[in-house]
Amino acid sequence: MTAEYFQRDRRWHPPALTPDYKTSVARSPSLPLLSIENSLSEITGPTFSHAALGGLDNDLILNFTGEPAIGERTVVHGRVTDETGRPVKGALLEVWQANAGGRYRHVKDGYLAPLDPNFGGCGRCLTDEDGFYVFRTVKPGAYPFRNYSNSWRMAHIHFSIFGAGLTQRLITQMYFEGDPLRDQDPIAQTIPDPAALDRLVAPLDLNASVPLDSLAYRFDIVLRGRRQTVFENKLEGA
Amino acid sequence: MPLEYPKETPAQTAGPFVHIGAMPRIAGFTCFDVELGQQIAGPDVPGERIVIEGQILDGTGTPCRDTMVEVWQADDQGRYAHPEDPRGAEVADGFTGFGRAHTDFDTGLFRFETIKPGIVPGRHGRDQAPHVSFWIVARGINIGLHTRMYFPEDNTSTDPVLSMIEQPHRRDTLIAERTADGQYRFDIRLQGDRETVFLDV
Ligand SMILES: [Fe+2]
Repeated sequence: MTAEYFQRDRRWHPPALTPDYKTSVARSPSLPLLSIENSLSEITGPTFSHAALGGLDNDLILNFTGEPAIGERTVVHGRVTDETGRPVKGALLEVWQANAGGRYRHVKDGYLAPLDPNFGGCGRCLTDEDGFYVFRTVKPGAYPFRNYSNSWRMAHIHFSIFGAGLTQRLITQMYFEGDPLRDQDPIAQTIPDPAALDRLVAPLDLNASVPLDSLAYRFDIVLRGRRQTVFENKLEGA
Repeated sequence: MPLEYPKETPAQTAGPFVHIGAMPRIAGFTCFDVELGQQIAGPDVPGERIVIEGQILDGTGTPCRDTMVEVWQADDQGRYAHPEDPRGAEVADGFTGFGRAHTDFDTGLFRFETIKPGIVPGRHGRDQAPHVSFWIVARGINIGLHTRMYFPEDNTSTDPVLSMIEQPHRRDTLIAERTADGQYRFDIRLQGDRETVFLDV
């Protein structure tokens, strides 16, 4: 099937220029994007297999040293579908996050909260036949960042998603239900429509928790849908 | 009631620590066996070997040193390593077409070693000049930026994407500079006089 993808609704995503998130000011294109019709170059994209992944890649509690990380033990799970509701199977998800104290294991993070010797903060997995995925981690802490003099990020997990083609490529962040920093977070607030931001807030999912072990949050992801071509609109060749 | 489709999950910036999740070795991690995107074309893949280098410059002209750059390209016959390319099964073993690099923490340079792609079939039988698709994320970039790099030695006059760019001088922002045999320089300007043409794909 070589059907084209639905156009991206740019009013739903954050715009490039969001002055309250100061770094965007010098890093935002000011001219309009050139809208192009999908060709083979856009409907194709990298694909990944289980051969590239290790057994603990989706277990951030254990995958750094094999000893458990400190923090609220948390399952994050959900389903990747497209805008027509169909599951996206074999999608690669990569996640990264701060530790329970809000500190990243990265040369450029100078926050005073300590590193956890047993927490790295990266994970990855592929969705199954029905689009489901699961990670295990510790809940990340909130952290301050340089923007205004007292700007804070609410707790979040970064997600990178590869769908079926380049058109579906997406990087976003997952938040946790009930976070009091939501309305203050300049990055979350780059999203204009509160209903769109709601989509990044994972609700507590008690039924998916592991009794006496871990809480769970559910984060479903929707990638761009594609036309079902009743009328042919050939992408390659005449 | 209007017809409702589920809407796409909104994007957020990759932030400054994207390397942890996407290029863990660059962030100093050794816990994963395979670093993804480190081989676009293995040593046995036919084609002209090339190197692409460049910087991502912000609106003040300063190189961004916390960017992740991804590339996606066809092989030397214009075939993508993907099940939806009708010729996708014919690509050589070791050709992925996918590369990932970071802009160096000091110099701001990204670098890819690959092969030169071939002409790719376009819509309505109209060929596309050889090109490499780029996708850029970083702190301060709220949604990933798509663009393309073309080669200065090729005939790009009938390329369907380049010919859609209204201002002739802006087409040049998508054409790399050849600095030596097999060496290309491709700088991407996020803003300013020579702002790169970014694509809504
Ligand atoms: Fe973050």
